[in-house]
Amino acid sequence: MSFPESIRSIYQAQLAEIHHAGIFKEERFIHSAQSADIEVEFPSGSDLKKVINMCANNYLGLSSHPEVIKAAHEGLESRGYGMSSVRFICGTQDIHRELENRVTEFLGTEDTILFPSCMDANAGVFEAILTSEDIMISDRLVHASIIDGMRLCSAQHDTFKHSSMEHLEEKLQLHADKRLKLVITDGVFSMDGDTAMLDKMVDLCEKYGAMLLVDDSHATGFIGRTGRGTHEYCGVYGKIDIITTTFGKALGGASGGCVSGRKEIVEMCRQKARPYLFSNTIAPVIVSGVLKVFDILSGSTERRDKLEKNAAYWRKGLTEAGFILKEGNTPIVPVMLFNAKLSQDFSKDLYREGIYAIGFFFPVVPNGQARIRTQISAGHEIHHLDRALEAFIRVGKKYGILGLTKDQIVEKYGL
Amino acid sequence: MEEMNINEMKELVLKYVVKEYIDDDDVKITYETPLISSGYVDSFSMVSLLVFLENRFKIKIPPSKATPEAFDSVNSIVALVNQYLKQ
Repeated sequence: MSFPESIRSIYQAQLAEIHHAGIFKEERFIHSAQSADIEVEFPSGSDLKKVINMCANNYLGLSSHPEVIKAAHEGLESRGYGMSSVRFICGTQDIHRELENRVTEFLGTEDTILFPSCMDANAGVFEAILTSEDIMISDRLVHASIIDGMRLCSAQHDTFKHSSMEHLEEKLQLHADKRLKLVITDGVFSMDGDTAMLDKMVDLCEKYGAMLLVDDSHATGFIGRTGRGTHEYCGVYGKIDIITTTFGKALGGASGGCVSGRKEIVEMCRQKARPYLFSNTIAPVIVSGVLKVFDILSGSTERRDKLEKNAAYWRKGLTEAGFILKEGNTPIVPVMLFNAKLSQDFSKDLYREGIYAIGFFFPVVPNGQARIRTQISAGHEIHHLDRALEAFIRVGKKYGILGLTKDQIVEKYGL
Repeated sequence: MEEMNINEMKELVLKYVVKEYIDDDDVKITYETPLISSGYVDSFSMVSLLVFLENRFKIKIPPSKATPEAFDSVNSIVALVNQYLKQ
């Protein structure tokens, strides 16, 4: 034991700084299954409060779907609880390979490898396939897990302005001498809810001989006519070299992720990706649940269709009420407040009104871009959205921001 | 390279930083504005700036010196460039 006061005080000072900066994160304990209606204990020790969940990634409302739960039970009975091994020793079951094949078929790729999470997929893929002779060129708003994955890779890195194809082309020209060029983007950007221009990116990558990686975690299962993802939405299904995605959001929401793409890339991950090599893969119970999710999605587009209608209804309601939204047509609908403190106060008032939606501010989003991020689900019914809208309007009136422009809100509350 | 005084260098670097990194017209950058620690430039995007400085001023900045701290303002960037111009 060597944790004297001198060491403890270092951490206490760092934690105090986090508190002081107003970015200390507190968990809210949910006492029910994940769904549109949840019971929450917050702050810790307080009475349970019934609220409408407007901030889950439960886009298709499958987190607590009875058929998924039943399949998970059956998987638990037939394949057991844990594997007690990494994949390449004795941690691979038939259902792991079955799930990889189902993902490959669904995404229209050549092969797939499972990872414990998409965070792990992104942490492992770059180092497995690139060397110091290569360049990674990423959109400036890619997810933190991609940034961490790039940091672990010896290839050089550069960025292009968010969704600027002109800037991307400049960067492809600037780095024309590199052995391999990998362009990296999210399919749907998690904080803004906008969609990458994958059709144009595919064209540019073909023109300059670059590969394209898309993290489609906020798209797989519901973006595109049959929910295959952003590549289907953009008309480039089958043309993406590497897709990383998650089972922790729309696809049942438990955990797990994958790299899906060109078979040589997937094989390199199987040989070299460290989170795959040195960690157990997804537990059999979850694999069984995700397989059932793919059965449900293959049978009908009803859920993604309902999600699309819900998101359009929510967006229209907020716009007509006079809120400023980030433009987009995904279930991620950011309500812009610009001022960090206002976003936190607004979120607290919503919670009092029975609406669970979180405020985000710098450094999670750029300075002066604070917002409430709302996320719509196929599990929401119109009455949920109506109730949430009424609460947003009441709180919006309290702060006097309805119908104001960005400049007027900034004038009133500062940046 | 033509001779340039410090203020001309600062203006040149400032123009590049604004063009390359600043999307929001409301954001006003000065020579002192913290670029990386304030979140205007993420450390991953510094390679473009490094390539620009090396090409424009015909210098070579070792990777160990191209730190987020050294690139945190126009003033510190120009100070770094000056060190290598004199060598």
